[in-house]
Amino acid sequence: MPETQHPEDDGVQIDLISADRINGLRTMEKVRLILDSVHDGNIVILEQGLDPSEESKLIEVTMSEISPDGFTGIEIETYPTDTAAPDPGLLGKLMGNTPKGKLTVIGPANRIETLHKDENLISTLVHEG
Amino acid sequence: MGLLTEIRSSISGLFAGSEPKRIGIYGPPNAGKTTLANRIARDWTGDAVGPESHVPHETRRARRKENVEIKRNGNSVSIDIVDTPGVATKVDYEEFLEHDIEKEDAVRRSREATEGVAEAMHWLREDVEGVIYVLDASTDPFTQVNTMLIGIIESQDLPALILANKTDLEDASVQRVSNAFPQHETIPLSALEGDNMDEVYDKIAEYFG
Repeated sequence: MPETQHPEDDGVQIDLISADRINGLRTMEKVRLILDSVHDGNIVILEQGLDPSEESKLIEVTMSEISPDGFTGIEIETYPTDTAAPDPGLLGKLMGNTPKGKLTVIGPANRIETLHKDENLISTLVHEG
Repeated sequence: MGLLTEIRSSISGLFAGSEPKRIGIYGPPNAGKTTLANRIARDWTGDAVGPESHVPHETRRARRKENVEIKRNGNSVSIDIVDTPGVATKVDYEEFLEHDIEKEDAVRRSREATEGVAEAMHWLREDVEGVIYVLDASTDPFTQVNTMLIGIIESQDLPALILANKTDLEDASVQRVSNAFPQHETIPLSALEGDNMDEVYDKIAEYFG
């Protein structure tokens, strides 16, 4: 991310990315934005998350970048989808009436650990690098 | 089932008997996907699909068993079973060392596992026409991988059958799986013991026939 500065100490950088910033990007641009930051050891918080096809691509690209004694993958947490919400149906989907993504936390698998998750709260422990 | 699925099903019904449907067996590592694939394949073809193991990521390539014909109530359903590697967002070769595997072999397995997960995701986006989603009923189903995969399957509008496997284990809770995905029907089974396979075959015929 071009604007970021890397502090001298061993603190944890957290990138909070707004829905406006992510919405203007194509799938691979979103995946790269996330993974480049995670590769740097940062925690990424997306205001509005990814859609299912983007999540699928994120997993696929993550797998291609795992290496022994290096990057081991990602930890990702999103609030559970509201399963009680009515299905928008085909017409609804055609009209763009798809469920909005929810806040998503993504970090390097070796640095972030989920302590608790429910429909209202994601609690994570971040290990210093 | 969604509207797109119903339309697909109606269209495919016009050409019934022409092509078997490709049904992907998905789920997290160690849910019993290969045990189920072998159970189905052995019951209807006499052959197995691949080796089973308690070591995670034993299946590191999608394996296909073609033309599995399942007969139910006077009708028959023909499917190609695609047994896929367990999906994860992280793979660390050190996990394999805990199973008494040498480092060189563990590194190779982890590399193959990552390729296998990527392949499984590709199959899901491009090449399967229905999904059997297998969960270990003795573990917590409220994981991010399960949530994401079910979301991806729903977004593709694929017919999906959720199986709560390993009911032979003491800690198994079918209700917990049902509660995690209430929008889907959950069928209990033990693929290892062959328990409740009749209902599984009934549902396969209903969902994918």
